[in-house]
Amino acid sequence: MTEIARVQGALDSAGERARSLQTVYVYQAPVRLWHWVNALLIVALCITGYLIGSPPPSVQGEASASFQFGYIRFIHFFCGQALIVFFLLRAIWPLFGNKYSKQIFYMPVTNRTWWWGMLYELKWYMFLVRDPKKYIGHNPLAHVAMFTFMLFMVFMMCSGMAMYGEGLGVDSWQYKVFGFMFTLFPNSQDLHTLHHLGMWAIVVFVMVHIYAAVREDILSRQSMISSIVSGERLFRDDLPD
Amino acid sequence: MGAATETFYEVIRRQGITRRSFIKFCSLTATSLGLGSMGASQIAQALESKPRVPVIWMHGLECTCCSESFIRSAHPLVKDVVLSMISLDYDDTLMAAAGHQAEAILEETRKKHKGQYVLAVEGNPPLNEDGMFCIDGGRPFVEKLKEMAEDAMAVVAWGSCASWGCVQAAKPNPTQATPIDKVIRNKPVIKVPGCPPIAEVMTGVITYIITFGKLPELDRQGRPKMFYSQRIHDKCYRRPHFDAGQFVEQWDDDAARKGFCLYKMGCKGPTTYNACSTVRWNGGVSFPIQSGHGCIGCSEDGFWDKGSFYERLTTIQQFGIEANADKIGATVAGAVGVAIAAHAAVTTVRNLSRRKEVPDSNGGDKSNGKSA
Repeated sequence: MTEIARVQGALDSAGERARSLQTVYVYQAPVRLWHWVNALLIVALCITGYLIGSPPPSVQGEASASFQFGYIRFIHFFCGQALIVFFLLRAIWPLFGNKYSKQIFYMPVTNRTWWWGMLYELKWYMFLVRDPKKYIGHNPLAHVAMFTFMLFMVFMMCSGMAMYGEGLGVDSWQYKVFGFMFTLFPNSQDLHTLHHLGMWAIVVFVMVHIYAAVREDILSRQSMISSIVSGERLFRDDLPD
Repeated sequence: MGAATETFYEVIRRQGITRRSFIKFCSLTATSLGLGSMGASQIAQALESKPRVPVIWMHGLECTCCSESFIRSAHPLVKDVVLSMISLDYDDTLMAAAGHQAEAILEETRKKHKGQYVLAVEGNPPLNEDGMFCIDGGRPFVEKLKEMAEDAMAVVAWGSCASWGCVQAAKPNPTQATPIDKVIRNKPVIKVPGCPPIAEVMTGVITYIITFGKLPELDRQGRPKMFYSQRIHDKCYRRPHFDAGQFVEQWDDDAARKGFCLYKMGCKGPTTYNACSTVRWNGGVSFPIQSGHGCIGCSEDGFWDKGSFYERLTTIQQFGIEANADKIGATVAGAVGVAIAAHAAVTTVRNLSRRKEVPDSNGGDKSNGKSA
């Protein structure tokens, strides 16, 4: 038996052992599936949503020969309702999943360490501290961002369903359940405008989200992008702080 | 005037109308109100037995377009409504009496038909300066309105003025014109919005109230469901063009001549609840979209303050800017994009300079071994 066969762990070609690093399984399969389904649906919703506000050039010929705008709206309605179904599934998942799956639905506002961590993370983004802290789930700043985004998603889903209910009629269950949006905004046009502004808010969220994920993946002390693919969070050092 | 105890049936019989015609009228009205097969006999019974309902029609800040619309009702003819069905005791635009004589009728109706008359209000009261912007009979209109509403069975808010506020309540609303339901809170208020409302809708609502002695079923916003439960868009005859993606792009283009959908020209049909696309106007002759112009959403709350009638996306007027959702959104997204690029640049520069500070990064530094 050669010497090398007895050495355990990952080796390079010269036989030198690699450092072993700590990994934690954070994002379970349903969470990761939800994340990527959401990403696809949101892209489809933004594109079709923009087109519903500013339709493509007029189709020529007989009206009976085309259903172009109808299909655009159909995709939007389909994706919107799929988004809601996945959101509801995601909302009940914390009953079965690990403790990190609850994180996006509440904020530990009474926890002083959490507030301190948020401030520290903010300083990290303002280049005021040298290194960020290590977190298994979302860091406190990301935690706030995700929780806010969930609240915002609830508004988008409620306003979307309310407007969908308008087309189905006032006797539909959609109108009965989500019609309260018209008590808040008596003119449906206002709701349309806010829903449309919401699309741009999502665009901004996506930009910041992707930038932060890439930046953290490169600079922080833990993995980001591979974590939402494999579910495992890798910590790059074993330093105590 | 005032002493109205005859029933509708007695009045029309006196006018020489046969019972056969009366029953026909009842059937037609029942159909137009969307009532079931029993509706006609219910209406006939009500009109034969109930005394005519006294109606007080008051005018606040308004342009009288509601009255103009009302007198053009074809089904039922406004002549029948005013002279036979209701007892229109007071309407300063239509009545013969004037001055003190007219004012006396208000007081008389209030005493004689306490809790039984219908108060129809066209226009709204301005509340600023104690209501001094609308003086009616020597007193602020708001006082008169509150007084008459006190003993009314119900209040009908005619038109967008009474329902939402309309043009006099548009920003900045100097007279503080206020919709009826914000002033009269202790009586049922039925909103019949539109600028003006459709004549048949107005007479239809009146017919319903006097026939059944109660208000029709109202929606979330206080509008009668039978006329305001659908959007213009839901029953628009140009809807197939909308679904096909066929839009008018310019007022003088080929699509406009072919009668394509006016969505891109700012038609507010998709957000406007009214009966225009089904009942239409002037006895069913036409309605705005049929004559080639988009709906301006005149029966909706604050329709004057939603920007151009000819833009699809609402103009948003906040923080002193004037833009639509796309302009605001794209500007914010652009700004965030620049901020991200700047942040990324600073991050890069910082890391490069840190690398110079600590040349030995062979796992020996106190940092994470990544950025240093």
